[in-house]
Amino acid sequence: MALKTEPLVINMGPQHPSTHGVFRMRLVLDGEVIVDMEPIFGYLHRGIEKLAESKTYLQNIPFTDRLDYLASMSNNLAYVLAVEKLAQIPVPERAEYLRVIMVELMRISSHLIAVGSLLNDMGAFFTPLLYMFREREKIMDLFEMVCGQRLTYNYMRFGGVSHDIPEEFIPALKRFIDAMPGFIDEYDQLLAENEILLARTKGIGVLPADKAINASVSGPVLRGSGVKWDIRRADPYSIYDRFDFEIPTGTTGDIYDRYRVRIEEMR
Amino acid sequence: MTKPLSGPEVARQIGEQSPDAVTGFDETAIFVHSEALLEVARFLKESLEFDYLTSITAVDYFEYFELVYHLTSIKNNYSLVLKTRCAKGEIPQVPSVVSLWQGADFQERDVYDLMGIAFDGHPNLKRLFMWQGFQGHPLRKDFSGGAQD
Repeated sequence: MALKTEPLVINMGPQHPSTHGVFRMRLVLDGEVIVDMEPIFGYLHRGIEKLAESKTYLQNIPFTDRLDYLASMSNNLAYVLAVEKLAQIPVPERAEYLRVIMVELMRISSHLIAVGSLLNDMGAFFTPLLYMFREREKIMDLFEMVCGQRLTYNYMRFGGVSHDIPEEFIPALKRFIDAMPGFIDEYDQLLAENEILLARTKGIGVLPADKAINASVSGPVLRGSGVKWDIRRADPYSIYDRFDFEIPTGTTGDIYDRYRVRIEEMR
Repeated sequence: MTKPLSGPEVARQIGEQSPDAVTGFDETAIFVHSEALLEVARFLKESLEFDYLTSITAVDYFEYFELVYHLTSIKNNYSLVLKTRCAKGEIPQVPSVVSLWQGADFQERDVYDLMGIAFDGHPNLKRLFMWQGFQGHPLRKDFSGGAQD
């Protein structure tokens, strides 16, 4: 006699705010396989868009820090670029370079947290994450030097940035740039061939390229699915047209590819 | 650089397919009747290769709501803005484009939740951020807000 089975519905979350944003997933399980999932948002919806309606343009810059506090600089930049475009405000060349330096440091810092948290969630509890926090700390020191803040920078301004960089910034930045590739090699040695990492990411959560595009996915997730699309190249803003850089992409669109794309983007 | 397609040229091409769909255009945007939205969107996706829906947003004007669709072709690296208007009524309604771009799913729910525009044909039209039972649509200009509401 065949055993009668039925899918099991469980709620995952809502998660605590200090984890990955308060978010709930309604999962449908067939044994250990997730066959369906409905994401439920809104636990941390703060109505910034509505708040912004009653503030001045300048007052809104600190709000953008809080849209994603792991990418505050990048959100600052997106907002000031929009206002500058509307109001046709020119930006001096030095400020353009400072902006690109800051958002690229921010990219590394954000990728470190993304990769570290992934490993954390897979059971490599806190050791890899703390290695990555070590390097992220250097980036936060750099940000603290330029604007006095370590998380919510409020650094970009319409037509430039809030402060020029202090004298000690460039030497510290050079030290970081010299050291960082060695750290990435270290992660690779520890992780790239790790049996557990491979077993839990290879062939899991596959998002093929056509589906990724159709679902409006962007950034490293889209590139992980093998789509060579980076807005800094496809439609350059600021002065990105002056830089030459590789666009790493995945092949199968699984978790491992998304992980690799982030590692390669830090190099 | 992502090249904006010429609004007048796209309007002409749509006009050949669906003569009454287009209500206007400017340099980089076309305006269509909301009843023709799905038909035009399908033409843009299938014939002009707009494979990527960048965003859907809505604007609350005095007389009407305007929906703004930013479309990109990753394949050809060009872009277009598609706009449509819907009258302010009991429940303003426009056709859903989820059947063309899955990325429209959450974006339409976002607009439904915060601006109160219903998307006809959406597979799961529920509020995205606010809870079930919440009254009103916070991004409308006439929303009074406040915890006591």
